[in-house]
Amino acid sequence: MTGVPLSWYLILSAVLFALGVSGFLFRRNIITVFMSIELMLNAVNLSFITFSYQLKQVNGHIYSFFVMVVAAAEAAVGLAIILTVFRNRSTLNIDDVSTMKN
Amino acid sequence: MQLWLIPVFPLAGFLLNGILGRRFSKTVINAIAIGSVLLSFVWVLKTLAALGELNTAHVERYYTWIASGDFHVGMDFSVDRLTAIMLLVVTGIGSLIHIYSIGYMAHEEGYYRFFAYLNLFMFFMLILVLGANYLVLFIGWEGVGLCSYLLIGFYFTKKFATDAGNKAFIVNRIGDFGFSLAMFLIVVNFGTLDFGTVFAGAAAKPEATLTAIAFLLLVGACGKSAQIPLYVWLPDAMAGPTPVSALIHAATMVTAGVYMVARSAAIYTHAPAALEAVAIIGLLTAFFAATIGLLQNDIKKVFAYSTVSQLGYMFLGAGVGAFSAGIYHLVTHAFFKALLFLGAGSVIHALGGEQDLRNMGGLRKKIPWTFWTVLCAAVAIAGVPPFAGFYSKDAILLAADRHAPWMYWVAVITAGMTAFYVFRAIFLAFFGAYRGKAHPHESPFVMIGPLVVLAALSLAGGYLFKVPEYLSPLFPPLAEGADLGPMVISVAVGLAGIALAWLFYVARPGLPESLAANCSGLYKLIYNKYFVDEIYDAAVVNPVVAGSREVLWKGVDAALIDGTVNGAGTVSKGVGGLLQRLQSGNIRSYAVWVLLGSVLVLVAMGLAAGGIR
Repeated sequence: MTGVPLSWYLILSAVLFALGVSGFLFRRNIITVFMSIELMLNAVNLSFITFSYQLKQVNGHIYSFFVMVVAAAEAAVGLAIILTVFRNRSTLNIDDVSTMKN
Repeated sequence: MQLWLIPVFPLAGFLLNGILGRRFSKTVINAIAIGSVLLSFVWVLKTLAALGELNTAHVERYYTWIASGDFHVGMDFSVDRLTAIMLLVVTGIGSLIHIYSIGYMAHEEGYYRFFAYLNLFMFFMLILVLGANYLVLFIGWEGVGLCSYLLIGFYFTKKFATDAGNKAFIVNRIGDFGFSLAMFLIVVNFGTLDFGTVFAGAAAKPEATLTAIAFLLLVGACGKSAQIPLYVWLPDAMAGPTPVSALIHAATMVTAGVYMVARSAAIYTHAPAALEAVAIIGLLTAFFAATIGLLQNDIKKVFAYSTVSQLGYMFLGAGVGAFSAGIYHLVTHAFFKALLFLGAGSVIHALGGEQDLRNMGGLRKKIPWTFWTVLCAAVAIAGVPPFAGFYSKDAILLAADRHAPWMYWVAVITAGMTAFYVFRAIFLAFFGAYRGKAHPHESPFVMIGPLVVLAALSLAGGYLFKVPEYLSPLFPPLAEGADLGPMVISVAVGLAGIALAWLFYVARPGLPESLAANCSGLYKLIYNKYFVDEIYDAAVVNPVVAGSREVLWKGVDAALIDGTVNGAGTVSKGVGGLLQRLQSGNIRSYAVWVLLGSVLVLVAMGLAAGGIR
């Protein structure tokens, strides 16, 4: 680990994660919310890779691949849902999609 | 010998008619129902011819039904001379009554249902008499009870019919409870339910055990054979169609108790106290049922009480040790009582459903075939020599006389009453002027034919079938030699009963009313059947109903069980109402919850990890 120290990676990961969380919490556009989720996933991936590299173990790499696969699947399904929602309601505001309540 | 074929024919008839009967024409239903019973009858004849003398029981073992440790119960059938007689009675009389039913039920709803039930009854009755152990007998015993229930409540749109069915079923449960206990005792003491083994080992057991078993068996027999105190269901059972009354509630099923007592003769002979109880219960039943029969106005009720009374005779015969005389009376009774009921059915059919004797009269000329055949049954049941009832009743009376003279005298008085009430019914129905409104018409040939056959059997059956001699290898012999004295007395009393009925209902029709007015207390007591139903209602039925309603329903069911369940529901609903508030529908608030949750988990883990270190 020459040059960039471990803590920087972790701080970057935490910052990305916090951005994702706040985006998820405060944005109303479904696509933005969706992207925030992807951001959180990749922040976690980053810390996985960091530790994997640091500890010279391959486990973290494998986990990050799993996360990518899940994220890809989720992106496919999620985008399909978003598309359908938009077709049916002509809105992407997340607060308007609350039919299940009541 | 393929004994199993005997009950299987009616079972096949039941399945065919029961499942597909709705689509069949009446001709097909008749062919299946009657054909199956006739086949069964023919197979009985063939089997008995092939088995010949039957000095020892012929047993067929099909498979082990229950095997538990050393205890085995097999699906076994056996035929000995007692079974042979029962088989002939059940399939023979059964065939006649099936044929008769074609005419009687011709205009009824549920034609296929009737014949399906009747066939099912034949199946269970044959299982009952063929069974080679108590449990197989018990299957038949319960099965005929079920069919009895189904057929009493055949007109299920009528409340009184379904009530009568329930009553029969529930009263029989009491008897069956005793029977079950008896079987448990037998299993505990003998380790088997097999007739052969149990009876062979009975002599070696202590008398107290055998007495307990015999008493419990007697409870069962009292229920099925309508003896005091469980006779109350049989008069009500007349709510069923008349052929059912003839087949199930006169000729076959109700005699199952007598059959079972006779079958268990080896136990009873070693339990003298229980045997005495059989005799006393039989005598009491014979006497009291006969007194009730004196004043009934429904023609079927007269014969129903007569059946109860005659069953009492059979019990008396068995109870005084003359088992074969009891079975003898069972056979002759099957002839003449089936005939009386079928004749009554023919009268009811002729009058379009009228059952009240007060609305009959003068039918002698209008339905002569019915009149003459019923008259044959009447002289047979009245004990007029040389007809069927004379032989069997005389055998029982003689045995009673040898056992205890007072029993003989009570039985003789009962015989006089029997003659009186049967001829009262005949005189009221067939003599005098016609008092009804319907236009009587003679019944069709399918109904008259069985009547004629049964009439011939009622007249000659006692002479033709020497049942006690045939049964002599199985039971202790009857008293030797004919005592002329008791025989003459009983015949004279019977004839006196007939003469009295003639005097009361033909010669001097005003006499019964004035007599009733003079002894109004006694008249009312008997007319109301000693208020037994009312007493049972007050002592048993109402407390059970009240207890069920107030304690079990309102207390246990409504308050306790429903309360618990409803309470669980209310609590869940309340908690759910609270949790519902979390479901705001605002997706970002969910996210906040998730975030808070994960932070909490992290903090908790951190604390826990810190704690460990």
